Amino acid sequence: MRNNSKTFIRMSGLGGQGVVTAAHILGMAAAKDGLESTVNPFFGAEKRLAPAESYVRIATEKIYERGEVLFPNIILIFHPHVITLGKCYTMPFFAGLQPGGIVIINTDRSQDLLREDDREGLVRLGARVYCVPATRVAVEVGGTELSTNIAMLGGLLGVQKLVSQEAVREALMERFGGKKFVASGTTAALDDVLKSKFSRLAQLVEKNVAVLAAAGGAVEEYHPGK
Amino acid sequence: MVNQRVVTPEHLFFEAQREKQFITGSEAVREAIRRANVDLAVSYPITPQSESMHLVGDIYAEGYLKEYFRGESELAVMAEVAGASMGGVRVFTATGGPGTLRAFEMFPAWAGARLPIVCAFLTRGVNSPLSIQPDTIEMAFMLDTGILMFHAESAQDLYDMILKAFVIAERPDVHLPVGVFADGFFVTHTREQVAVAPADLKLPPYDPYAAPVPAMDMESAPVRQMRDPFVMKSNFISYAAHASWQQEILAAQERARKYVHRYLEGLVEVEHPEAAVLVMASGTMVSQSREAVAVARQQGLDIGLVKIKSLRPFPREEIKTLARQARTIIVPEYNRVGWLCREIKAAVEDTTKVVGGPRVFGGMTMPPEVVLDQIRRCCA
Repeated sequence: MRNNSKTFIRMSGLGGQGVVTAAHILGMAAAKDGLESTVNPFFGAEKRLAPAESYVRIATEKIYERGEVLFPNIILIFHPHVITLGKCYTMPFFAGLQPGGIVIINTDRSQDLLREDDREGLVRLGARVYCVPATRVAVEVGGTELSTNIAMLGGLLGVQKLVSQEAVREALMERFGGKKFVASGTTAALDDVLKSKFSRLAQLVEKNVAVLAAAGGAVEEYHPGK
Repeated sequence: MVNQRVVTPEHLFFEAQREKQFITGSEAVREAIRRANVDLAVSYPITPQSESMHLVGDIYAEGYLKEYFRGESELAVMAEVAGASMGGVRVFTATGGPGTLRAFEMFPAWAGARLPIVCAFLTRGVNSPLSIQPDTIEMAFMLDTGILMFHAESAQDLYDMILKAFVIAERPDVHLPVGVFADGFFVTHTREQVAVAPADLKLPPYDPYAAPVPAMDMESAPVRQMRDPFVMKSNFISYAAHASWQQEILAAQERARKYVHRYLEGLVEVEHPEAAVLVMASGTMVSQSREAVAVARQQGLDIGLVKIKSLRPFPREEIKTLARQARTIIVPEYNRVGWLCREIKAAVEDTTKVVGGPRVFGGMTMPPEVVLDQIRRCCA
């Protein structure tokens, strides 16, 4: 629950963007850093562009509660449609955000996504809002839009060092390495596409680590009150 | 087949050195079945169960099971595992939500035929309107089918309960099917630390010759009973046989209690039994309640927690005794009808102590804050 020793993260995005995989990698990295972590996804019928969310709870002590994170400390928005088309499980997209919480949005700020009442709500909460051009970084540095989720994690680590970069690298190795992983048939198919983009596993991991670092450096704070 | 060493259930459950894995509930099902010495598993997809039987298929391919195939429908799957179980082999399958309902005819049939089938029920909302999200409503329907029912709180529970279910189900004085229930998504799709025994150990094989109902051949009782059923006689003996057989199944459930005590280490798990107010819950509602109870106790409230692990047999005596000294009992649930509240009311002497709810359903998550609000109201 609302407690300083625990960080609750909600990731909202669209089916196919890798919110479930991003949560998996972050949770695994936290476990590798010796922290307690639970990870779970939430989605309807599995299809591209449908709302998909995942939740990561990280703490220094055992975490019992599970399911949707209703009162997050950090919200990651993987796609502008989460905000503009309401493609998420809470309305408005920042509902439940804790006072002083963090919002990180995947956008190159070519358009201002936030409506007046969103901005007012975020200011009332004292929220810190950041923009990261995650899709652009994924394409430019990783060579594929499929690394958008890793770029979002890079943005998160750029704002708050929740886990070490080494742990993320190990988690990437484990997720995409030798062992067969089954999240669902659809996710397995996407993993195969991703692996075919990078001929070797080591290259896949190194490219994604580069995406992680580049996205971390591309974060800009946005002041909703101004 | 993969070469594994047979060990006693006690060694596998309580003594073997465990290794921690960061896995989902579905993967915990796979790890349980890997060590369960299962002969045959039949799969049929339904969210949120599909991954579990898919992963069991993966370990079949690795050589951990003798036979595995995909059934034609939920009803067919449950009939297929029944046939295999009558034939004297250890079987496993899983379903959930609407799948449970489509297969429903077979559950009382399993219990009636005294088949020690283990089935994982990975629960979800029941249509309509269509929902694939968590809800425990199907458990209400299952309570009187004659099968034993355990409710897992976490992936760890799911792993342990499935393995222990085989041992309890196959006791000659029990010999009943066991349903291991876990809340879809909240357990199946949640990734957490699970401690598992070494993969090169497995349970002893099922011994069909120790069964109270002989394994099927064309001359012995089960076939005889089907070929020459009581109903065809339609006389006094046929009705008396049917009535006494139903009572025998309930008696077998009662005889299971001692094994549930031994292997699940009690039908309930209690924190602060002396408290004036007790939260009683099962499944992942226990997890949400743990967080609420911890905060409430920090704030000085006199509150305890009762985790109900076994629903059949139901911990009647335990709950009656706990209720005697408590002032109020709160029963939060993940379903609309409040079936656990009804069960608890049927066990306690003073039903006015029992406060049903909070409840959420149809896929919503119970915020621990809502359980905490109820605790505050009841402690006031």
